[in-house]
Amino acid sequence: MDVDTLRYLQDDGTPLGELPFPPEKLLSGYRALRRARHFDERALVLQRQGKLGVYPPFRGQEAAQVGVALALEKTDWLVPSYRETAAALTHGLPIATTILYWRADPSGWRFPEGVRILPFYIPIATQIPQAVGVAQAGKYHGENWVVAAFIGDGGTSEGDFHEGLNFASVFGAPVVFVVQNNGWAISVPTEKQMKVRRVASRAQGYGIPGVVVDGNDLVAVWKAAQEAVERARSGGGPTLLEALTYRIAPHTSSDDPGRYRTEEQTEVWKRKDPVMRMRRCLEYLGVWDEQRESALVEELETELLAALEEADRSPEPAPWSIVEEVFAEMNPDQRAAWEYLQGGMR
Amino acid sequence: MSAIVPETQTRVLNLVQAVNEALDLALERDPRVLLFGEDVGRMGGVFRASDGLQAKYGEHRVFDTPLAESGIVGYGIGLALAGMRPVAEIQFAGFLYPALDQILSHLGRYRHRTRGRYSIPMVIRAPYGGGVHTPEQHADSPEAVLCHVPGVKVVIPSSPERAKGLLLSAIEDPDPVFFLEAIKLYRGVKAEVPQGYYTLPLGKARIVREGEAASLFCYGGMVEVCQKAAEVAAREGVELEVVDLESLTPLDTETIVGSVQKTGRAVVVYEAMRTGGFGAEVAARIAEEAIDFLQAPILRVAGWDAPYPPFSAVEHYYRPDAKRVLEAVRKVLRH
Ligand SMILES: Cc1ncc(C[n+]2csc(CCOP(=O)(O)OP(=O)(O)O)c2C)c(N)n1
Repeated sequence: MDVDTLRYLQDDGTPLGELPFPPEKLLSGYRALRRARHFDERALVLQRQGKLGVYPPFRGQEAAQVGVALALEKTDWLVPSYRETAAALTHGLPIATTILYWRADPSGWRFPEGVRILPFYIPIATQIPQAVGVAQAGKYHGENWVVAAFIGDGGTSEGDFHEGLNFASVFGAPVVFVVQNNGWAISVPTEKQMKVRRVASRAQGYGIPGVVVDGNDLVAVWKAAQEAVERARSGGGPTLLEALTYRIAPHTSSDDPGRYRTEEQTEVWKRKDPVMRMRRCLEYLGVWDEQRESALVEELETELLAALEEADRSPEPAPWSIVEEVFAEMNPDQRAAWEYLQGGMR
Repeated sequence: MSAIVPETQTRVLNLVQAVNEALDLALERDPRVLLFGEDVGRMGGVFRASDGLQAKYGEHRVFDTPLAESGIVGYGIGLALAGMRPVAEIQFAGFLYPALDQILSHLGRYRHRTRGRYSIPMVIRAPYGGGVHTPEQHADSPEAVLCHVPGVKVVIPSSPERAKGLLLSAIEDPDPVFFLEAIKLYRGVKAEVPQGYYTLPLGKARIVREGEAASLFCYGGMVEVCQKAAEVAAREGVELEVVDLESLTPLDTETIVGSVQKTGRAVVVYEAMRTGGFGAEVAARIAEEAIDFLQAPILRVAGWDAPYPPFSAVEHYYRPDAKRVLEAVRKVLRH
């Protein structure tokens, strides 16, 4: 049982028909998309310079993440895996915090107040049942927030994914589960991960709507996410949203994709680049050109440099930070360790 | 010390190459041996432990599974129940946790609850520990959790030569064995490794350096740290005994007690969080069986009571080093 794939843009960016958003809105969406791309490119350079730790790039997946984040209100929650830096930046995570986070600096681990983004989740799929809890908590508070929870295609094999979806279905929780089907779980291709052609078809098994979008089409992701968020907010329960996309980049900065895939496969997807597609769409509509593009990139670089400076001003992590913030109040063993580390500076 | 190491040629290998060689030999020797896990097949594992083995033995013997640790362990249990010899890889020890239900409820219990009708001759390998700037949750040392499961063995090698022989023993063993490999040692140590098939006995500690002043008890990635501490102490004329426990369950209490009877002083070194860690078990055995020989309190040098820090700038303050070991040694010597 295949679900139709929602698309608004052709591979080259030309609109397939009428677009669901006015040009100003598309322009603001493109800005967020281009901003994410800019961060990712600069992050890889910073990583090579030793200024970030292990970093999971998202090149090629910008639209799948940004499109969902754009559909959220500031009061909605974003529950990411490690891959969702683009979504987090769009939902309000400051760039400086993001840099410090991936620098593995504890000062980047505390996200600012008012930013409803849970930390990046490393253990696969563990965020999924938690996202359902966050969603339901809104009901107790009399708030109508919605949760967007992200996971990769590989992650959907974990038990937690299935348990989470079933909970959400049974409770009618306001969650949008976003599966970025990027073709790979490190070296394992999606065909070896599951025998269904579309992850979204699994929604049937939980009695919830399953939607497939072209994940490299910002307009389609945004529109589909908007509908799912609306349904959740109005009491219609969860949606499983599958964004078909591709991981152009290595799994992380420590991965060597040459061990498991060919360049040709990646080339096919590079031609469907989500950022380029959206740019071409705006050019087609006559609202974008080379000049505006360079002005935007310049602006983004200025913003990034300022954030980088801010991050660099953050003091080196203190050795004793290791034992801080484990409990509300340090226990005696931790206090002793804390004192040892204060005195034991080498 | 090594049991059946034949007179044979050796080659210099690092620890991950030694593991790869052991897996290769096991697959070659016993058609019931199967190797699987996440990224184990095509890619040869994220650390290359199974590099080249799928090409050599085929996809039916060396394969990638879906991304699901409970599935991996449960599937392996089923294979083992029906006569196979599964060797599963969990990509990092910190990702064992989704499988804890299978491990706690079944893996070690099966023989007992069927009164010997079934057993689970399964090996679960997992890289563990810190020291190489891995991201969050990639440096856990959950050995104490595993040692607290009845019916499973826990083995942690400290050198390429030991890793190869111990892993082959683990695969031959009729019961489930966790085989934890220190990430820091994968490429961090190189040594002569005998060629060909050989096994080393499980359940035996080994004295890697003899001394009279105090005993250092350690395993895995902490053995080189203790050896370094012992070298520094030796320069000051203090001879420390370094005991590599190697097998945590079953634990070689005899060797531990023997060493304490000789030195009268004990320091236990491990990189997991200190409270409830395996060092407490070692300390308890010493207290139970050698308290009359002790001339100082038993000290532990371990990770602090906090998650292992991914903050690469400070992670070396968490993981015990020679300096911290020597501080403890000085304390026990002052007594
Ligand atoms: C519980 C758990 N098991 C294994 C890993 C190691 N690991 C990290 S990413 C990954 C693949 C994830 O693939 P997918 O869910 O498709 O997401 P993608 O990386 O493609 O975004 C694996 C196996 C982990 N982080 N957590």
